[in-house]
Amino acid sequence: MIVLIILLVLCCFMCLYRIGAGPTPPDRTVGIDTLGTLVVGFCAFTAIITGKEWYMNVAISWALLSFIGTIALAKFLEGRGFDE
Amino acid sequence: MANRIFQFLIIFILWLLLTWSLTVQEIIVGVVVALLLSILLSDVFVRGGGKFVQPARYFWFLVYLPLFFYYVFRANFDVAYRVLHPEMPIRPGIVKVRTTLKSDMAKAFLANSITLTPGTLTVDIVGDHLYVHWINIVTEDPQEETEVIVRKFEGYLRRIFE
Amino acid sequence: MSEIIGIVVISMGVAFDLFGCIGLVRLPDIYNRLQGATKCVTLGTCLILLGVLIHSGGAMGAKALLCAIFILLTSPTGAHALARGAHKSGVKLWEGSVMDKYADDKEGELDR
Repeated sequence: MIVLIILLVLCCFMCLYRIGAGPTPPDRTVGIDTLGTLVVGFCAFTAIITGKEWYMNVAISWALLSFIGTIALAKFLEGRGFDE
Repeated sequence: MANRIFQFLIIFILWLLLTWSLTVQEIIVGVVVALLLSILLSDVFVRGGGKFVQPARYFWFLVYLPLFFYYVFRANFDVAYRVLHPEMPIRPGIVKVRTTLKSDMAKAFLANSITLTPGTLTVDIVGDHLYVHWINIVTEDPQEETEVIVRKFEGYLRRIFE
Repeated sequence: MSEIIGIVVISMGVAFDLFGCIGLVRLPDIYNRLQGATKCVTLGTCLILLGVLIHSGGAMGAKALLCAIFILLTSPTGAHALARGAHKSGVKLWEGSVMDKYADDKEGELDR
């Protein structure tokens, strides 16, 4: 169990590296999107460990909001060029 | 009308799964919410409601699912191989393929399937053409690219959605 | 018994997540990173949720299944939107890339 948690946290830190270091804004957005999906998995895992059912509600809400956020960021990126 | 009934059923079943309880007040609230949403949004989401009652479509969907998951697993091992290989054997580029599917729903599912299968990522759909980012281009002939990327799903999706 | 199978499925999911994140760090440009991240992290998270379904079942399992279907539908859509947005905002492909039909076609439209 504890090994799986450490590996998931390692994944999250890799995403954070990409958010911090990514040379262009879309790279950072990819990191944010991936981090959102990882957090959904993490919530499900927490639900199993603690045995509390409402963590799954958190996971579903997080999936919905993460998708909307990604679409909004993508639309924002589409609207402008970086040389302006 | 058929659209509204099917949308009502979809929303209501989703509600029951999400609440996972069969008490009276939950069901009443579910019916009210589903009715309101299906009256307000019937033209937005579900089109061609008559297609929901043709059993052949469900059969082909069940045939399509194992094929889809087989390709998804292959895609993951493919990515793992490319990522863990010390020299990263990639040869990326954006290619243009042509699809014969007509309905929007079928095109959307084709694009999602292409994204989750080995080495390909849909970038844009313009009319009949799909622009696909391919991580390891093996051929530069458009006809062959179409064969490799699109053909494996097209037949099933046409039977399911059109 | 079902608990052990659930934990095994969750471990597979975490392994795929890890591959996806290594891809996110190692691959050279945004389109390749999207490929690695989307494919592996989507399947990895779906396998974790499937493991929850096998492990506990009941209300938690139903919600996990809904969440898995939702992620399987939305994650590729988000990836298209991001790839399209990145291309339209002018991010170039990696210099080792072979061809870019999308940019060629866009230039053709501008000339006309």
